[in-house]
Amino acid sequence: MRIRKLLIIIVALLAAYGILVAVAELPPYGMADNPVHNHVSERYINKALDETGVTNMVTAIVLDYRAYDTMFETIVLFTAALAVVITLKVSKRKEKG
Amino acid sequence: MKTLLGKLVINYPYLFAVVLFIIGTIIVLTRDNLFKKLIGINIMESAIFIVFIAAGNIRGGAVPILDGGRADTVYINPLPSALMLTGIVVSVSVTAFALALIIRLYKSYGTTSARRIAEMRNEVLKHDSSHQS
Amino acid sequence: MRDFILKRVAVIILPLMSIYGFYVILHGHVSPGGSFAGGIIVGLSFITYSTVYGLERGKVKLPERILTLVESYGTLWYGIMGIVGILKGAPFLSNKLAGFNLGEPGSLTSGGLISLLGIGVGIRVASTIITLFYAMGEEES
Repeated sequence: MRIRKLLIIIVALLAAYGILVAVAELPPYGMADNPVHNHVSERYINKALDETGVTNMVTAIVLDYRAYDTMFETIVLFTAALAVVITLKVSKRKEKG
Repeated sequence: MKTLLGKLVINYPYLFAVVLFIIGTIIVLTRDNLFKKLIGINIMESAIFIVFIAAGNIRGGAVPILDGGRADTVYINPLPSALMLTGIVVSVSVTAFALALIIRLYKSYGTTSARRIAEMRNEVLKHDSSHQS
Repeated sequence: MRDFILKRVAVIILPLMSIYGFYVILHGHVSPGGSFAGGIIVGLSFITYSTVYGLERGKVKLPERILTLVESYGTLWYGIMGIVGILKGAPFLSNKLAGFNLGEPGSLTSGGLISLLGIGVGIRVASTIITLFYAMGEEES
């Protein structure tokens, strides 16, 4: 068991070196001309007050521009609660006989 | 090697995220208790959130809430933060369902050690196959 | 001794926790926060009450029928609010094209459809986390 754990740690460190070589090629952190800031965010920042009327940009994106995703998000939460209740209630009734 | 370390120190949030991810992977693969494996999965998900949310930052930028200031303030990018809200909810759902499954396994087998559960299942399968033939 | 101290401290902290949770939900479009974080704070205040005083007294205060009703109709609330847009000739879940009153920016009644959707999502997340706690907190007696 000791040999196996040592082999796992060595393989994980080799994989970490590979990932670090790839992460070093990313654009520098915090510059204003990264490819992340494209025309989509510019439109959301410039026109959020005219088209929605709220001052919090993150809420305007989550609940107005992309309201479909939030609707399916609530369905995912509902499904998780349903699955937990079904798994635990059935086992309790089977135990009581 | 020296330029590799120099480039990594400039974008340090990604370095922290890779360290957390490797720690989470080692915990999942080497620990024997089922609860500890679940905590390892949670640590790996936190590392992914750090990468995406830190990619949208601008040095010297302001918080993305309009408050009637000057007309040329630089706001940070609000889009990655809004997209990661969905990911956090998915992480909570997976953790809750995995905990319910672990409770069910404990009531059936009487232990929370992954190796002993595998041994018990091997005995049951061998007993069944030798009983039928 | 541990039960005694926890009960005296919980009496003071729990109302402040609930008021703070409702403040974060209602001011979701003016200050940072939003509906998901506010909903979890409101749910956590009730879970603290159940942990300190026992699970049976918590179930007397908030029975499981009410939780089932709130959770099911909270998910329907989102779809019903979206159909209002279809009745006026605009796309599903639209805010300005459906003629909602936007108000003046920065006040509590701005946004039209956004504040109504936010309250629905907040109450739903609170009831989901309380349901998860009730299902897993059963002890074998």
